Amino acid sequence: MTIQFNDETFHDDYTFRNSDWAIQRFPFPFHEDSYMYSVNLEPHLSLRPGSVYEKTFDVDEHYVAEMKDRARVLAEDPLRCQSLPHMTLAGWDLLELIMVSKAREYPDLFELHRDGDRWHWINKPLGIEQKFVFLDETTLPCGPLEYITRQAQGDYALLDQRDDNLWMDAGMVTTQADWSLDFDIGMNFFEWHAPVPMASELGVFQRALKFLLNLQQGAPVRRLNWTMTVNPLLDTSPENYHKWGVQKTALTPENVGSKQHLRVELQTLFRLPRSNALAFPIRCYLIRLEDLVTVPKWGRRLHRVLRDLPEELATYKGFIRNRPMIVEYLSQFDDGTPTSPGVFPD
Amino acid sequence: MSRFQFPPSIRSRPVYGTLEPRRGTAHLMVADAEGAEALLDLARAAPEMMAKAHVLYIPAAEGNDLADRLRATGPAQFYVGPSYAASVSRLRKALADAHMGLQIYLAGTEGLIGQAMQEAMSAGYPASAIQTEHRGSVARRVQCVHCKGVTENVSVTPFVCSHCGLNLFVRDHYSRRIAAFQGVCVDAEDPGDVPAQEGLYQ
Ligand code: HEM
Repeated sequence: MTIQFNDETFHDDYTFRNSDWAIQRFPFPFHEDSYMYSVNLEPHLSLRPGSVYEKTFDVDEHYVAEMKDRARVLAEDPLRCQSLPHMTLAGWDLLELIMVSKAREYPDLFELHRDGDRWHWINKPLGIEQKFVFLDETTLPCGPLEYITRQAQGDYALLDQRDDNLWMDAGMVTTQADWSLDFDIGMNFFEWHAPVPMASELGVFQRALKFLLNLQQGAPVRRLNWTMTVNPLLDTSPENYHKWGVQKTALTPENVGSKQHLRVELQTLFRLPRSNALAFPIRCYLIRLEDLVTVPKWGRRLHRVLRDLPEELATYKGFIRNRPMIVEYLSQFDDGTPTSPGVFPD
Repeated sequence: MSRFQFPPSIRSRPVYGTLEPRRGTAHLMVADAEGAEALLDLARAAPEMMAKAHVLYIPAAEGNDLADRLRATGPAQFYVGPSYAASVSRLRKALADAHMGLQIYLAGTEGLIGQAMQEAMSAGYPASAIQTEHRGSVARRVQCVHCKGVTENVSVTPFVCSHCGLNLFVRDHYSRRIAAFQGVCVDAEDPGDVPAQEGLYQ
């Protein structure tokens, strides 16, 4: 299918909307009626035509508007994209991965023509055409990481692997769930995860790191993470928290269904061929509660998950103050009947 | 002097040890304020080290100055600086001039240790060549996550950012690259509703 790109915003007037198509394919993250951190990694294999799991990098109706939002955030704060000097090669690896995947999987939207080192990239939705020499930085308008991630939805971290650890040494981060690349750049896996409650005690990070250190090229994996966001604001950054934090107080029983969003991150991990680094795309999907509950299974289940979520997690995820109102709203859509296993609608 | 026992914390927060004499071709020792006491202990344990030692010492603005006692341990090279900022170019030179086998000893406040550590790491020294010992004030260097300005000597939370004026809560999340803890606006969700200030480990 060809995608109809929305003209919409993720800030100020918040005109962001999901079509019925986007609602049906939303990556609902709960496969059962409760939630706790776990090493929830599975192979990133193509699943269910039309779902967000079908393609290597999902492109949807929000693509053009999200890229505009990224450009806006970067213009205000260029520190959202940084790369330590040794990470340039990993940036090229990522550029190749994204261009090759998109041109193969969305031939009507993207084209890549390669003649040795001389590459010709065509991005139709954004109206970009670029001829450049692969691995020659002087032939692109900016570094390879910034160049390609200005044209790809989701945040990106590039992890260098050394001393049996992963180091977040580069990234493009404008749609994050309240963490700062500028602060975390240069940290290792345990350091950047330090603020997360409970997970260390459960051994989640030890086991996840061990798995990732052995991740092989051509065998990417994926996991989902989630939080709650008031208004469809992509840039919930700590940098701007003093500006957006107050929006959490605007929730009322009347507007909670339209203002409160479930925010889901589809995170994937790829071993990169030349640099041996890992690429970690973090793709953010937003859905307002009143759209989510149109899938009865999801409404019932989200109610139970949020109601029973440990207080530490609700606090860390930043919605403890609004939890009672959200749970009250969702309770209308929970008739107490059992839910079927798995994440997909019945 | 008794040493402060930091409570257990999260994984990004640095932990400190006790300086121990090590074999090395040369020794670079950096201390501020009461950090001098850790160097004095070191010199007492291995007096012969001092003939190969370069000591950089930054006494506190107020409080007792231990420079004379440090000088008396007979370091090969001894420098007393008025502030970290004034001393950092010397530190960089010392790190750049040193040869293989240099041992590095950092003692004093977290701000001094963190910044000198950052210099040593970016000069290419492995963590295994660097020892640290905390002495004296438990005040922190804190970076405002909003304006990126660093405020030195923060001993209470919340505090007012010395750059942008926001009321910042002091987190334990720490960046070695910036050599600072993170400060985050405390009243973003309830503007003006700032909790009472308390000491960092109160
Ligand atoms: C290697 C690439 C990864 C990167 C760059 C990354 C980065 C991050 C960051 C920056 C945070 C926010 C921490 C904060 O509060 O400041 C976070 C949270 C978290 N990460 Fe990761 N992560 C990675 C992989 C993983 C993996 C493989 C797991 C598997 C278990 C995992 C589990 C978590 C969990 C459970 C949270 C808390 C999320 C929440 O409750 O909202 N991460 N991660």
